[in-house]
This record gives sequence, C-alpha cells and structure tokens, in this order.
Amino acid sequence: METTQFLLLDLLKKPEEVSQKASLQSYLAALKREHVTEPVIFIGAGTCGLGAGAGKTLHAVKEFLAEKNLDARVIEVGCIGLCSSEPIMDIQLPGYNRISFEKVDAAKVPDILNSIFQLEVDKTHVMCQFPSMDNQSWDGVPSYREHPFFKPQSRLVLKNCGIVDPISIEEYIASGGYQSYLSLIRNKQPLEVCDMIEKSGLRGRGGGGFPTGKKWKFAFQTEADQKYLICNADEGDPGAFMDRAVIEGDPHRLLEGMAIAAYGIGATKAYVYIRAEYPLAIERLNIALEQAKKYGLLGENIFDSGVNFSIKVKKGAGAFVCGEETALIHSIEGERGMPRPRPPFPAVSGLFHKPTIINNVETLANLPEIIALGVEHFASMGTDNSKGTKVFALSGKIALTGLVEVPMGTTLREVLFTIGGGIANDKKFKAVQIGGPSGGCITEENLDIQIDYESLIKVGAMMGSGGLVVMDEDTCMVDVAKFFMDFIQRESCGKCIPCREGTRRMLEILHTITHKPTDETKYEPLERIKSVMQLEKLGKVIRETSLCGLGQTAPNPVLSTLKWFRHEYEEHIFDKKCSAGVCTELRTFKIDVEKCTGCMVCARKCPTEAIIGAKKVPHFIIEEKCISCGACADVCKFDAIDIF
Amino acid sequence: MNINLEINNKLVTANKGETILEVCKRLGINIPTLCHIKETFPTGACRMCVVEHLNSGKLITSCSYPVEEGMKILTHSNRVAESRKVIVELLLSNHPDDCLYCVRNMNCELQSLSADLGVRERRVMGVKNLKNLDHTGASLVRDPAKCILCGRCVDACDRIMGVNAIDFINRGSNAEIAVAFNKGLNTSSCINCGRCIMVCPTGALYEKNHYAQIMEALDNPKKHVVVQYAPSISVTMAEEIGLPAGTDVYGLLNASLRKMGFNTVFDGAFTADLTIMEEGSELIQRLTEGGQLPMFTSCCPAWVKYMEEFAPELLSHLSSAKSPMQMMGAMIKTYWAEKKGLDPRDIYSVGIMPCIAKKFEAQRSEMTRHGLSDVDAVLTTRELVGLLKIYGIDIHSLEPESVDSLMGQRSTAGKIFGAAGGVMEAAVRSAHKLVTGEEMSNLRIEELRGFAPVKRTTVRIGDIDLNIAAVNGLAGVKEIIEEVRSGKSDLHFIEVMACPGGCINGGGQPLTVKEENIRKRMASLYSIDATETIRTSHNNPEIQKIYDEYLGEPLSEKSHHLLHTHYEKRDVLI
Amino acid sequence: MDSSLDLIIENYKSSGKDALIPMLQEIQEAEGFLSEAAIVKTGQTLHIPTSKIFGVATFYNQFRFEPKGKYHVQICRGTACHVLGSATVLSEIEKHLKAKAGSTTRDGLFSIEVVACIGACGLAPVVCINGEFHAKVTAASLKEILESYKAKEEA
Repeated sequence: METTQFLLLDLLKKPEEVSQKASLQSYLAALKREHVTEPVIFIGAGTCGLGAGAGKTLHAVKEFLAEKNLDARVIEVGCIGLCSSEPIMDIQLPGYNRISFEKVDAAKVPDILNSIFQLEVDKTHVMCQFPSMDNQSWDGVPSYREHPFFKPQSRLVLKNCGIVDPISIEEYIASGGYQSYLSLIRNKQPLEVCDMIEKSGLRGRGGGGFPTGKKWKFAFQTEADQKYLICNADEGDPGAFMDRAVIEGDPHRLLEGMAIAAYGIGATKAYVYIRAEYPLAIERLNIALEQAKKYGLLGENIFDSGVNFSIKVKKGAGAFVCGEETALIHSIEGERGMPRPRPPFPAVSGLFHKPTIINNVETLANLPEIIALGVEHFASMGTDNSKGTKVFALSGKIALTGLVEVPMGTTLREVLFTIGGGIANDKKFKAVQIGGPSGGCITEENLDIQIDYESLIKVGAMMGSGGLVVMDEDTCMVDVAKFFMDFIQRESCGKCIPCREGTRRMLEILHTITHKPTDETKYEPLERIKSVMQLEKLGKVIRETSLCGLGQTAPNPVLSTLKWFRHEYEEHIFDKKCSAGVCTELRTFKIDVEKCTGCMVCARKCPTEAIIGAKKVPHFIIEEKCISCGACADVCKFDAIDIF
Repeated sequence: MNINLEINNKLVTANKGETILEVCKRLGINIPTLCHIKETFPTGACRMCVVEHLNSGKLITSCSYPVEEGMKILTHSNRVAESRKVIVELLLSNHPDDCLYCVRNMNCELQSLSADLGVRERRVMGVKNLKNLDHTGASLVRDPAKCILCGRCVDACDRIMGVNAIDFINRGSNAEIAVAFNKGLNTSSCINCGRCIMVCPTGALYEKNHYAQIMEALDNPKKHVVVQYAPSISVTMAEEIGLPAGTDVYGLLNASLRKMGFNTVFDGAFTADLTIMEEGSELIQRLTEGGQLPMFTSCCPAWVKYMEEFAPELLSHLSSAKSPMQMMGAMIKTYWAEKKGLDPRDIYSVGIMPCIAKKFEAQRSEMTRHGLSDVDAVLTTRELVGLLKIYGIDIHSLEPESVDSLMGQRSTAGKIFGAAGGVMEAAVRSAHKLVTGEEMSNLRIEELRGFAPVKRTTVRIGDIDLNIAAVNGLAGVKEIIEEVRSGKSDLHFIEVMACPGGCINGGGQPLTVKEENIRKRMASLYSIDATETIRTSHNNPEIQKIYDEYLGEPLSEKSHHLLHTHYEKRDVLI
Repeated sequence: MDSSLDLIIENYKSSGKDALIPMLQEIQEAEGFLSEAAIVKTGQTLHIPTSKIFGVATFYNQFRFEPKGKYHVQICRGTACHVLGSATVLSEIEKHLKAKAGSTTRDGLFSIEVVACIGACGLAPVVCINGEFHAKVTAASLKEILESYKAKEEA
C-alpha cells in the first residue's frame, strides 16, 4: 500500500495536502467519484452511442441544465457495451448511487432529469445502479451486478469502459492505473516480465491464439539495436468492435498494456496501427498519449528507471489484409500491404527489419489487470489451455447487441441466450458465425461447448477476434457464405494465386447457385451440379497453399456452411429455391391471368423486357428473360403476380 | 554442411541458411517456380514451389523456407502435385487461351508448367479479366491479360534498373501491373531496356515487331536494303540455332543475311570503332581544353533516355557522339550512298541489335535527316532468329561469308563493345595513342571486365591519371550520378550500359538463357580480342580510310554534322 | 487549395518513405481526393517513384481519385449490417442517387463509399454521412435522410 501511495503521489504530482493518508483516500475517492460534490451526468458517447443519437442527447442535457440554471458536470464516457440500449445516460447525485438510464433519446432527457433531480426514478428508462460504499441506493433499481446482461460477465478488459471518463488520466490512475507498469519497471527485469506473461497463460486475442509470453521471448532473445512493438488496432473483422470500444472507453489501459509489453521485449518505440474508420478512437488515443507524456509515463527515462518508451499512431488506410502481421508492417513502412512469406518471423525481423512484436488491442489491454490481479489469479480463470476472459461482440439477430466479456470456458449458449437475451422477434436460432470471414458457423448442437481456442477449432470455427454474428431462420446460409467470400475476394491483396484467383472462382460458383440459370444451353447446368465438389476442391487448395492467414482461412465460411447446411446448398442448386427468401434472384414470377387486367404497368417497368402482352389482355412473363428483380410485383396494383 | 534433413525419404545434408529449393536444386530435384528470382528475398507469390512439410503437416514454399534440422520434406507427393496443378489451373482460368497466337508459344514458362503438371482439361472456369494491350511504348508492348502477376518485371525495373516505370496497382483480382495512373507506357519513365521482357514468364511483355516493314523492303526490288549488326550479335545467337553458347557465328550470320535478301551487310563493330575515335577525341578535348567532366558514354539508348529523365541537368556530361548504330545509319545514307551513287531514299537501313531500346533510338527525331531516318528498322536477335525461320534458312547448310567492304572491317576493340566494360577498354586503348602517340603496352584492362555492377579503376595515360568507371545495370549508376551532382566525383570517364553484363545480355537477346551462357558469350568476345591482330580502333584500316576520304579528322565539322547529336530533358512520370 | 498542399509538402520535406501513407491521408483530408498533380508532388517530396505511389494508393480502400461529393455517404457492409439487410440499402441508395458505390453524383452533391465495417455492429445497418451516424437504417428511412440533405441544399 505504501508503494502504491508513493506511485500515486508521484504520478499525480499532488502537493503535501494529500500526503496525509486520510486526505489521500478522500482525494482518490473523489477522483474515483465514490463521492461527488455536484451532480454528474455521464453520456455514453462511443461511436455506437453517437450512432444511436447520443450527440443529440448530450445537447439536450446541456440545454436542460442551462434552462434550469443547474450546476452539473457532464462527462462523455465510452461505451459500456450494451449497444441495443444506447443512448445511455447515467446520473450521479451527491450522496446517491450512480444510476443508469437506457434508450435516452433527446426528447426523453427533460423528463428523466426533471424527475431524478426530484429524487424520483423514471421507471420506463431506468436500467441499473452502481452501488458504492456509503452512497444511498435507489429503491427498486437493480444493481449493475444484478442486471442480466452484466451479471454473468467478468470484466477485465472492459472494466472501465462506459464508466470512467476516458480522457482523464487522473481517473485512470486513481483506480489503480499505471501501477502495474511502474511496479514492473522498478522491480522486475524484462525477462521476468516475459516469464510472468507466459505463466499467466495469456494467448493472442487477435485470432491465432499464440501464447503471448512465448512470442515476446523470441523478440527478447533477438539481439538488435532497436526493437519495435506494434499494437494491431486494425480491427478489420466485420462484426468485431471490441478494440474500438476499449480505445474509445479506456485508452490508458491500452497505453499501459503497451508500455508493459514494450518493457518485456525491450522495445523503446511502438506504433498503434489503427483503422482510419475509427476517428473517435484515434482522437481519444491521441489525447491519452499527450496526457501520458505529460505525466512522464511516456518519454525518456520514465520515472528514473532508465526506461525509454514512445508511441506513434499510424492510421490504416483501409485494407483488411493489413491485420496480417507482415502486411501490417509493410503498410507502416509505406508500402502496399501485401504479406510476405514467413520465416523470418517479425519477432526476429519485422518493422524496418528489426525484431517486432505485434499484439492486438485486447491482448495488450489484458496486461495491466494480469499484473494487478496477479498472474496466478488470471491463470485460474478459464479452461486448461485458454486463460482469462474473452470479449465478444454480439450482433445480428439477437435481442441485446453489444460487448460481452466472459471467462474462457463459458458456453456459447450462455453468451447468446442468457447475456444476449436470445433471438430477437421470437424467431428460431439457426447459427452463429464466430471469427468473422476467417471463422465458421456454429449450430444449435454445438452451443454447449465451452468456448476456448481449441474447442472452437474442433467444431470447424475459430476464436478470431471474437465477433459473434447471430443468424436466425430468416438468414440464408448460402448467402452468408457468399457475403464472406465476396468480402474476402474484395479484400484479397492479389499477391498469391490461390487466394487471388481461387476466391474469385468460389464466389462465382456461389453467385451461380444463388441466381436463376440464365442460359441452360451452356455450361451452367453442369456448373451447378459440379459446384459443391468444386467449392470443396478449391477450398482445400486455397486453404493449404495460400501465402497468408487471410487466404488460408478464406474458404472457412464456405466449408463450414457446407458442413452444417449442405441441404441449403442443395436446395439452391437443385430446387433453385431459397427457403429463407434471401436469394431473391432465385424467385420465379408468374402472372395470374385471372387477376391481371392488362394495364401494362409491369411491362413498362420491367428492366429486361421480359413481360409481353397487349393492353387489356393478361400479360405473360418470359422466364428466360426474367432476372427476378421483382419490379413487376412492386408496381402491380392487382396482386396479379405470384412469386414462387 | 551442418544440417540434416530428409527429402523424399532420403537423408541429406545442407548448409544453414540454404532454402529447401536451393538444396533440392543441388540434388537434382526439380521443383517448379514462377515468381522466383535468385537474387532477392522470395515474394512467395506464385505458390508453385510448395512442398509438403511432414513435421507440421503443412504445405510450405520451398523458395522461402530455410532448411531446419530434422525437417522431413516431400517434394512431389500427390498432395503437392494436385495443389500445383490446381494453382496452374486457376491461373489458366483467367488467362487468354490463345497459345497458338502468342509470341511466347513454345517458349513460355506457364505453358510448359501446365504441360509438365498434366493439365489436360479446363476444370476451373470463370470470368476472365478483360484488359487492353498497351501499344503506346516505343519499343515494347504490354499485354496485361497474359500477366500472371509474378512481379518479376517490377523487380527488374526497380532493383536492376532503378527506373520504376511500372508497379502493382489495385488489389485482389483487380490487381495488375501498370504505369502510374494506369496510363500508357509512353507517359512513363520506361527506358525501353527490355529487362522486363527478359524476366517475364509469359507473353505479357514483348518487343514491337518490325518484320512486316523489313520483309516488304526485302521484297521491293527498288530498295537497296542494307543491314548492320551489333558487335554482340554474332556470339549471342548460337543457342537459338543449336550451337554451343557463345559460338561466334560471324561468317554464317553474313551468309544468312544475304540469303534473306539483304543487299549489303555491314558489321556494326566498324562504327563502334568510329565511336571510339569520336568519343575518345571528345574526352581528350574535354580533358585538355576544359569541358564538362566526367563524361558519360552515350552508346546505350536506354541509358541516354534514363539520363534525359532522371538527370537532365547533367546532360552536358553525356558524350555528344551518336551510338554506333546511328553512326552507321548516318554513314550509310551519306558517305556510302555517295560512294555507291545511290539515292538515300532508295536505301532501306536495318539494324540487328541485342536491344529493344534501339527501336526507340532509331525513331528519335534527332536521328533523321531531310525527313529520312538514318536507321529504318531494328530487329532484335530474337526476331532475327524468327526471320531465319520465316525465310526457311538452314543456317548450317551455308558457307561462311565475310561482310561488305567500306564499312565492314573492324578491330577487336569495336567487337568488345558487346561486353560491359568493353567500350571503356576500347576507348582507353585509343585515348592512350591519341594523347601519348604511343600504343599501350598491355591492351587488356582486367579491372573493366566481368559482371560487377560498378567497376572503377585508374589508368595512366601520359601524365594523366585517368579515373574511369564502367557501370552495368542502371541501379548502379545512381551512386555515380549523386557523386557528379554533388561535385564530389573524381571520375573522368564513365561507361554506362543499361543491361547487366552489357549488350550480350541485352533486352533483345534470346529468352530464358542460363546465366552461365551469358558468361560464355562474354568469354567469346574476349577470346576474339585475344586472338586477332587489329585490337585498337585507330588501327582499323577502314576507319583510317573513312577519315582520309570523307570525315577529315575526329570532331571535324563533318563529324559533328553526321556523328554527333544532343539530348534534351524529357518530361515523364518519374 | 494549393497552399494547403504546399504546406503539407513542406511538413514532409525531410520525412522518410514510411511517411507516404500519412502524407497521402493528409492530402486527401485537405483536398478531398488524390489528384495526379498531388501524387506527383508527393513523389518528388519523399523521393518515391510515381508508379509506386499510385500502386500504394490504389491498394487501400481509403484513397479516392475523384473529388468527393459535398455529402459523403459511407455505407457499412460488415457482417452484422449484411445480415440485417445492408445490401438492399446500398442498392436503394445507388438507385436513389443514380450513382454507383465509389462514385460521385453528377451534381457533386453526394458520393457513395462502401466501407468494410464501421464497428457499430450493434446498430446495424449503419450509414455514416459526413461523419454523422445513422443507425438501423432501412431503404425507406435512408431515402428520407438523403432527401433531408437535398432539401437543405435547395433551401
């Protein structure tokens, strides 16, 4: 405790007045907002919050305060992870617990605030409260710990997200931030740090799941005048957004994690390679960097330890393949982001040909808590081979969307049905796609597996970065496979032949089977029949021979949907039907001669002139010309067009 | 040999740092490659060289993977063979199926690979990228539809030439190799060296063909068709006609050209000698009367264009002497035409060159007089071999013949122009005589010979210590240009040849030639030099005669008019 | 417009080749797109061949070679957005604006860009117009949104 105090004093550069133990405690309590002296209003202003209208909510709050001439602090916090409840507004009145309201659009602000200032709770929007020691609690409002979405979660990485002011380093420090780093650089040798992380069992959270400590040691053991750390924040997996949330909501956690990693491998320079599509995250990261510099946590001779460390932010320019390590390095070097063969691995020869460790945001953000809680504590969480927690991004056809952090070993069923609230609109669950375009889908029968790196691979999926996109009975799995193939095909760098040419051919096959045959005379019927065989053959070669992870995993969504939903493929191929009704190009349109009045509207609207017929005579659709666009059905006033 | 591994169930030893591909090559195991380039870090793009790594159960690329102790490799298992085959099929699925019409038919790496791997049907089909031919280049045509994106041309243009006219653009299946802004080659910094053609595994790059014009001229009784061939040609076509690499086919070459109908055959090495007289005198003039130093040679048209683009402010350092081909062209349509009483308009002048940049040079406006080009058409060595076939000539059935007189005789100094460093060696031999009045005691300058990219030495000529350099491969010239730019260069005279090894390895030479054969060609040139008697340009009797009869002396007004030119800055995308 | 480009060039005068992408990003930020002239100047500043810069610029989704519309519509095509119908939304935008993804309308008012994933999957489908997010859009709601921008212009 004594050292902690000194560290804090050091960091906060506070004068004598708080050096007394008692006043220090109260100072910290104030910083941690255990006590507030004026009302504080927190608005969840992450990208998702803003998307849901938090900007307008914020504006309404300010207007309200001005109008009523009330003194209150308004703080923009990051995202607490419950996207479907955004915009979220919390209020903490002096002496009372912080209380959280959901779905607060601008119009609701005056009512909610009016009532809360009169110590009444608006029951329609209240979500939960955050109990803290001696504050008075709100009657009838569940604790944050009891909320069904938060209760099963164990938050290490997301601990502060949506709760603290992301652009206040003091708040981060007061809640124990940067202590892990400072205690390491004062008391441990770099190799010991690598050992600790290896012992903790932490594995890369970006997809591969390589043991982090082991990876660090490769770089540590390579002699070089300069080593680099790169934080991979190029969160490209569509469906994953935890990295963004961490940077927007708790940027200092990432910086501290980076500092720890850099110390462990002996790197003095680091880059954060972050997607340009995340402007808010970039802005907050830059603010955090300036603050850390100001406090001497970055720079030369950090806290007289002799350790130097600096961080540069590099904005990605939009290329999914840059999530691959060597491609990312090329991108930082100012080249086309094309991967190169490994070995040599970046840990030996990476950025500017120097030893380089690339870790993803979530991996790095785990480090401060691993050190703070103790390596053993972290290692005690999770399964035999996968330790700690994992953050998942829930989206798609699920009731509650957002970010979920659970211990490894939790079942998917718990994540989807207990935390996520099950499928939206009482539909039937079909599958969940995990691992983005590199992963696979998991069906009902495997929902009870305990999530860890190995178990997911066993069922033909992979951890990936942790995006969980839920699909229900209205989702067509062939269409999903086509979507991923289209994505990969567009994001392929084009360097190696199997990925460049192969993914394109696979996409063409998927296109063929999701469209009505246009010319039965040529190869098409044969192509359709051959398609599954061809998909499997190409998939195998692409997987085995592609240069990088993108190509090697590109066939996964197809192979995995083929494995679990072969009947859907067969339906598309042989019956030329899509039960889910997604592949509209497979529909057949026929005109009901009883209902058709011969008004000619549909014939005029048809883009391919597939409808013939004279005025006041029932029309006819030439099937060979019809492209199933549905324009005729849209314009028909007499409901005369039947869709099959 | 300190690493033990198993390849195809056999124990083998290898050196640390060797790649699997290198070891296999040594052991005579043939692993196919498409993108491999010996000198650079493997790009791993084509995946053709995958082998099965039994330890991990994965397929790995042998070109990039270093050997490891205890490694177990299968190079031709069914799994590997099928993968390679599918990769080729994937390439072919986006490749124009027009081998019969392709310039590289029977000489294409993709074609032979697909034959070797047993591709017999179109198993993979799909939409092919439609791409337009780029005809805008002066000397070469790009057919992006045939490009397999191996990247060898990009590497050659960058690493060997330092020109960077082309690079990869776009991404994924839209990726292609193109000029900046996807424009025509004529807007780029392309120097027409043809290195890209030499490394291209398919028909995506080839020279602009001049057969039609030449055949029409040969067929036209009113035209007097004169042909000259560059010094290197006689030693570089041997493999193509079934003779050992480096064989000098000088006599057969003359005979076959006449057989095809060329009326007069001149040896370009004659004007190489003439170049030495002019360029050597120019150097001495610059040295003694003051002038821009160092002086660069100007016989390589790719290099001249490079200079116009990348170092226009240094153009005054470039010798004003025309290249041997253009000197010959000028002399044919003036001196020789006068002598023969021919109207220059009735002369059709053809150059057979190791080089495609010569096609560009022949079209330069500086190289015309009274609306007539000095050289009307240029054929590469490759095209010459093709023309022999078109005319059905069995070169082996011919009796060797000699060249025509007036501009046929050469010294061996002119002949070694074909090898990198040869121009400099020839120039020094004559400069020595011009400055000191005496012949050099040892004509051989060892330091200038061989394949090193930049060769520097100092020779003593009278009381001058002449600092000279010879560069081959333009990437090496950058350091010298920087020295000259910054005024730090102590060099006097620099020979620059765009192609590595010089014209014997020029961009117009036969394709897919082994490196050892290039060495044999060079050895052949130097053995000619070692065995013949006239070894200096100034001792070439026909050279002496042409000055006596026509030009007067080197750098005379007439010389200037016919044999010298000037160059200007070029605005291209660099 | 030129002066901001000159300023960027001045700032990058002594930079290494790894500054290429940041420099292009700044130019695009200032000018809305990468013109040929700007690319040539970038090459001169960083001593990188034009062909290479064009190669790098065409590799990344972010760089544009024609001016942006006054309102830049970014439509997310991530998985979550796809599952919730972003394909239809996109084709409706294209139809409504009479411009294809990656291009600008003739009047220069709108440009459409497809982005891989904005990272707001919880609010899918998402469209972002000039930095302002619109959550859970449908073809119909988006038409209204676009019309409101048009109306703003006409007013």
